[in-house]
This record gives sequence, structure tokens and C-alpha cells, in this order.
Amino acid sequence: MEEDQELERKISGLKTPMAEGERKTALEMVQAAGTDRHCVTFVLHEEDHTLGNSLRYMIMKNPEVEFCGYTTTHPSESKINLRIQTRGTLPAVEPFQRGLNELMSVCQHVLDKFEASIKDYKDQKASRNESTF
Amino acid sequence: MRLKMAASQAVEEMRGRVVLGEFGVRNVHTTDFPGNYSGYDDAWDQDRFEKNFRVDVVHMDENSLEFDMVGIDAAIANAFRRILLAEVPTMAVEKVLVYNNTSIVQDEILAHRLGLIPIHADPRLFEYRNQGDEEGTEIDTLQFRLQVRCTRNPHAAKDSSDPNELYVNHKVYTRHMTWIPLGNQADLFPEGTIRPVHDDILIAQLRPGQEIDLLMHCVKGIGKDHAKFSPVATASYRLLPDITLLEPVEGDAAEELSRCFSPGVIEVQEVQGKKVARVANPRLDTFSREIFRHEKLKKVVRLARVRDHYIFAVESTGVLPPDVLVSEAIKVLMGKCRRFLDELDAVQMD
Repeated sequence: MEEDQELERKISGLKTPMAEGERKTALEMVQAAGTDRHCVTFVLHEEDHTLGNSLRYMIMKNPEVEFCGYTTTHPSESKINLRIQTRGTLPAVEPFQRGLNELMSVCQHVLDKFEASIKDYKDQKASRNESTF
Repeated sequence: MRLKMAASQAVEEMRGRVVLGEFGVRNVHTTDFPGNYSGYDDAWDQDRFEKNFRVDVVHMDENSLEFDMVGIDAAIANAFRRILLAEVPTMAVEKVLVYNNTSIVQDEILAHRLGLIPIHADPRLFEYRNQGDEEGTEIDTLQFRLQVRCTRNPHAAKDSSDPNELYVNHKVYTRHMTWIPLGNQADLFPEGTIRPVHDDILIAQLRPGQEIDLLMHCVKGIGKDHAKFSPVATASYRLLPDITLLEPVEGDAAEELSRCFSPGVIEVQEVQGKKVARVANPRLDTFSREIFRHEKLKKVVRLARVRDHYIFAVESTGVLPPDVLVSEAIKVLMGKCRRFLDELDAVQMD
């Protein structure tokens, strides 16, 4: 009904209220008319290839995702468009959320392994210094 | 059977190696996504990732760190590198209030130079300054004073031409910067902990009668905003080289082969009276591609890089130790993910 009349239906994310009534949206979802929720373009503000490429990799590793890609819209604008198309009727928000969760667990694991490795190195160095004296 | 083995070897090479050919690089992009290769399950499996992933620290001292990250993809390794360069916060001089500057260095040039001086203050103990806040409070600002006046040295020899003898205070170094504690900072930070990292950075030069008297405010910022906030001198990674000899190389050809690579990569051993070349330590190689200039030898060697083995080199400017910087970078990426997860939760609530 609504979707027939509007060209795009924007579902905006949480707006954080700023001093002069300015609103800063971090995440927007844009859906073309006539499609289900399984093809969605997410607009991530204040982000670039750092999060874009790593998130794209995690989402592509999901076998339910048929297409995932991101672009930076223009070098002067700091936002990325991340498009997800899923097989079947799975809503696109689901692989997006799963990708974010999986990226977080990857980072957590990397952090744990890195800190353990640093600690081992420091301990080894300390014991090597002790044994030379 | 041999054909099948050759095919699977080719597939393994495509999946696991970036091959450096004579005129180009092949297999650059990651292709191991679900559905691309039949017979491989490439869906994301956290347990499989955790089993294959490892971090080895090769060398660490107070300002530089070299470590290996094995079993991760380029997208995430690059994300860490980008965050180390541009999104780990530090404290740097942002505002300079000039009371008196009669030196030959213009105000704005002097302010620019002061901004680039690394400040030894843990940025995790401070907060970002709110937009529009001019004054700055003790939780987001550090204050430094620089006051130097150059005078003539009355005890200098009559005909000396050495400026070190003739003038007093003619070179302004970072050691002339004094910290002015705001609010309760004097209790939180013991004497001498808040200072520029190096005390021998030359800021300006003066002659008798010239004076510099200014007040500096340091705030917390990230490298994306201005490069002065970047906590690393540089952070880079390279992939582990993988050199294979497709045929045995003997005699003089072995010696020639060892000269085509960086020292230590190829080792020439005496086996049964003959000199035989062996790949000893490919990690040392810098891939000058000298081998491709030798017609006979270039067919014998395959130059490649292991796609998921990253050798990181992080050099800190001294603000934070390099291992802390890498941990902070990983936390920044987690923070970004968390921010969008919270956004999604909030949207789904309404």
C-alpha cells in the first residue's frame, strides 16, 4: 500500500539529539519499492573501508547471503552503503546483525590471543634476563 | 589420479597463495566464500577459525613491535592497520594562546610545530572535549607553558662566533615546556609523568631580545582528524613470502640463485661433493624480483606469498607502548561493531 506510492521507504536509525536540534543518524536502512525485506541497503554514517571491508567479509561468509557489497559514496562524505541480498526470504537485517556479532567475536579472540602472546614473550624475556645474571 | 592431485594442488594455490609472476601478481583477492569451491565448506565457523588462528610475537622493545598474525583475512588485518594509523586516540596540542612571540618563527608555524610534538599522557584517562566548549575542563585538557627569552651572554669571549657561547637560551627545546596542572590533575598524575615524550626536540631558535611566551592546550583526538593525533610512527604489515624451487638447483647455478635473494634466504649446502641450493629462511626476503632477470633461473623458482600470514610491524611515537596500541586498536573495532549492534537493537525496539 504505502510501498506502491513511495519510491523509497526509509527506516531511520536511532537519532542522538544534539545541541542545536541537529540529529546524527548512525545507521539508515533503505529499501527499494516492491521488494521484501531480503534486499536492503544499509547506510552507515561516519564509517569507511575499515569497518566496511571487514564487515563485508564476515557477511559474505554466511551461506544464506546471495550478494554483499559496499561502496564509499564520495570521498568528501564519510559514509558507506552496504547492500545485502539474501537467498529466499530471510530478512537482510539478520545477516547484518550476525556479521557484526561474528566480527566482534573474531576481535575478542584476536585480542585474547594477542595479549596471551605478549605476556608469554615478556615472561620469556624476563626469564632469559634472569638466567644470564 | 595424478591429474586429480595436480588439480587440487592448483586449487590449494589459488586459495592459499598470492603468486608473484614476472609481469603481474595473481590470485590477489580472497575467494574462499561459500559456494565458490565445490567440496570445500567455506561458511564462517568460529571454532575452525579459533583452531587455525595464532599470534606470535617476534620482537618487542619499548617503541617497536613485530608480530605475526596467522589465519586471518586481509580485510580484518587491514582494518587493524587502518585503526592503528587513524583511530587510536592520543593527546596533542590543539590550541596555542600566544602572549608574546618576537621570534623569527611565525605564530601559526610555531603552533603547527607544537601540535606535532608527541605528548606523554595516557589518552585513556582523558575524555574528548565537547563540541563548542572553549575553556576545557580538567578531564579533557592538558595545559603546558612555554616561556623562553634569549639574552646575550656577558661572559662570552670577545671574538667568539659560536652561538652556544654568545647567547643564552637561543635554542628552544621541548624541555622548556612546563606542565600546568588543572584542577585535580596534580593529585592524579605524579610529577614528571605529563611531559613531551622527547625533551630534545628543537622547536625554534632565538637571538638576544627575542622571546616566546605561550600557553598550550592539549586535547584528545584521532588521526583521522589530524595526523598529529596518530599514535604510531608507522604501522604496516607484509605477507609471509613463500619461495619454492620447482627443480633441484646445483653447482654454480646454486650460488647465482642465492645471490638473487636477500642474504639468508637461500642456503647453499655441500651434498655428496656438489653444491645444492635450499630455501632456508624465506621470511627474510624482500622480493626484489632479481630472479626474473636471469633467463635460466626464473623458470626454476615460484615466488608467492602466504595469503593469511601477516607480519605486522608497529612503531610507536612513545605515547603508549606498541602492544597497548594494538590492543586498543582491536578494542576500537569492537566498539564500532557494538555501536551498530546497539543501533539495530534500538531500531527493532520501536
